[in-house]
Amino acid sequence: MSLHTIVLVKQVPDTSNISGDVMRPDGTVNRARLPAIFNPEDKDALELALQLKDKYGGRVTTLTMGPPAAANMLRDTLYMGADRAILLSDRRFAAADTLATSYALHKAILNIGDYDLIFSGRQAIDGDTAQVGPQTAEKLGLPQISYTQEIQNLDLKKRTIRARRAIKNGYEILESPLPVLLTVIKDAVTPRPYDVKRLCTYKRALSKFEIQAMVDDSHDLMWVDELTEKVKSENLYIETWNIEDIDADVTMCGLAGSPTKVHKVENVILSGSEFKKVAPSSEGLNEMITELMQDHIFG
Amino acid sequence: MNSKQKDLVWVFAEQADGELADVGLELLHKARTLADKMKSEVSAILLGENVEHLCETLFSHGADNVYLLDDPELKDFRTQPYANLITRLVAEKKPRVVLFGATHIGRDIAPRVASHTRSGLTADCTELKIETVTIKRVEHPDLLLQIRPAFGGNIIATIISPDVAIQMATIREGVMEMGEPDLKRKGTIISVPVELDPIEVAVRIIEKHQEPSSVNLKGAPIIVAGGYGADTPEKFKHVYELARVLGAEVAGSRAAVDAGLIEPERQVGQTGTTVRPKLYIAIGISGAIQHRAGMQESQKIIAINSDPEAPIFGVAHYGITGNLEEIVPKLIAAYKSQLH
Repeated sequence: MSLHTIVLVKQVPDTSNISGDVMRPDGTVNRARLPAIFNPEDKDALELALQLKDKYGGRVTTLTMGPPAAANMLRDTLYMGADRAILLSDRRFAAADTLATSYALHKAILNIGDYDLIFSGRQAIDGDTAQVGPQTAEKLGLPQISYTQEIQNLDLKKRTIRARRAIKNGYEILESPLPVLLTVIKDAVTPRPYDVKRLCTYKRALSKFEIQAMVDDSHDLMWVDELTEKVKSENLYIETWNIEDIDADVTMCGLAGSPTKVHKVENVILSGSEFKKVAPSSEGLNEMITELMQDHIFG
Repeated sequence: MNSKQKDLVWVFAEQADGELADVGLELLHKARTLADKMKSEVSAILLGENVEHLCETLFSHGADNVYLLDDPELKDFRTQPYANLITRLVAEKKPRVVLFGATHIGRDIAPRVASHTRSGLTADCTELKIETVTIKRVEHPDLLLQIRPAFGGNIIATIISPDVAIQMATIREGVMEMGEPDLKRKGTIISVPVELDPIEVAVRIIEKHQEPSSVNLKGAPIIVAGGYGADTPEKFKHVYELARVLGAEVAGSRAAVDAGLIEPERQVGQTGTTVRPKLYIAIGISGAIQHRAGMQESQKIIAINSDPEAPIFGVAHYGITGNLEEIVPKLIAAYKSQLH
């Protein structure tokens, strides 16, 4: 049987790009104003999966949970070389913490069926928790290799994988039986650029929501089922699943399935600036150093 | 909740090669404060091979009990044996609070333990409190307030897990203060039998390579840190040069780490190390809350920034506005002139 790898990906607000107008007057964040990007470590994870596919054959499936707009990122995964992309999207998944997220992802993975490897980024830049990978592995009863830097060997006969992972002040090489979930850290690989041919093909790939929107906007008499069949026959369908499609328990999803709740959100209030303004001149700096020496800060 | 359980606050006591990680001891001191509020005992969980001698240290830092899991299979850390054994213990005893250091190891196992026990888990907390919270006129006693900056550092969020039995959090090294050990404190060792299924030990360590870290941010009396304003190797050289002259450790903000100007071990802030040196010099660091969380308790802070409105000035004792490439050489010259 050929190698099948699932890559968990996430579209994230670009938190490195928060500017003034993103913040509402009450201090909450207007996510809609932030540019949405392909979470960097997830992109690295996809690259590692594609390198294995280049070497050993097989296929790569990308899976995301997110709003309908996450289809944009799934198209990116197709441009890079993914064979199949799945969008897990349902209003009832909203406001999920890492536990509810990993529950939904693991149900979707069970729905995909057979797989040998699961990759994800170590963490998403909007939360930096690094929890969803390990929690998904736990729910699937899989071993995990977190902080993966490099795949050293894949033995499809013995069904084992050898990977190098970062540990404190060093690294270790682990050998795990398949299937296993690996989380990938940044700088492990450089993601490949989009393939021009694939881009031309898959820019026409559509999710269920996008097909629906096309039908709604169309003045011609079009039917969703008809268009979906056409898109599917061209292999351009971004599979779109809701709670029922993955047979998930609604009480385990979204806000209802999240043990952690936001109790309070406070604006960051800067303390009054009572610092001493030091002139950037020799006199100013000398004076400061004299004070610090008197306070026994040096030496 | 569980009225028979006397030890409601647990800390994972991380060790490697028979040495305890500081973060576990720091968390024991915090756990002591939390447990006092709940009128509860504090327990540490210790896994390894031949590690019983570490229990005394754990008692002296605030543990009343140590759950000791000592077995050759636990000599080196591996995810599944560690996570599964802790999971079973937590599921059986149902403590109210379990704390892990946000280390490579803590971040690897805490999510699995939380997943299996369906507990709330918050990563990288900067403060923890115990309070009774009333939600829709229902009182929830002994809730763990898990406080952390969120979303680019523009807000501080307080997270709670009111509807589940067990509340978990990870905390970075240095965030909680270690406090003095009380060498007279005694405690109880509770030996837990280690039973592992072959499938739980199927992942093998082929090779392990660790070098003692040359970085000691926590112990450094003076730290010189660079940020986004020193975003080229040429500009960052000034950071290194000032540190060399002052005999200081070099550190950086996350931006400096992301730009590859400095090693990740030298990152100061919420997702790096928390430091309290005598002097912290921030060069070209704007001062997002995540960074300030990791350095604002420094005894003296000098901020050098070209933007007079930079938030770093809000925690600084001395502020210098201007171009770092001009200011740092002048600062070095001024320091050298006063040495003579």
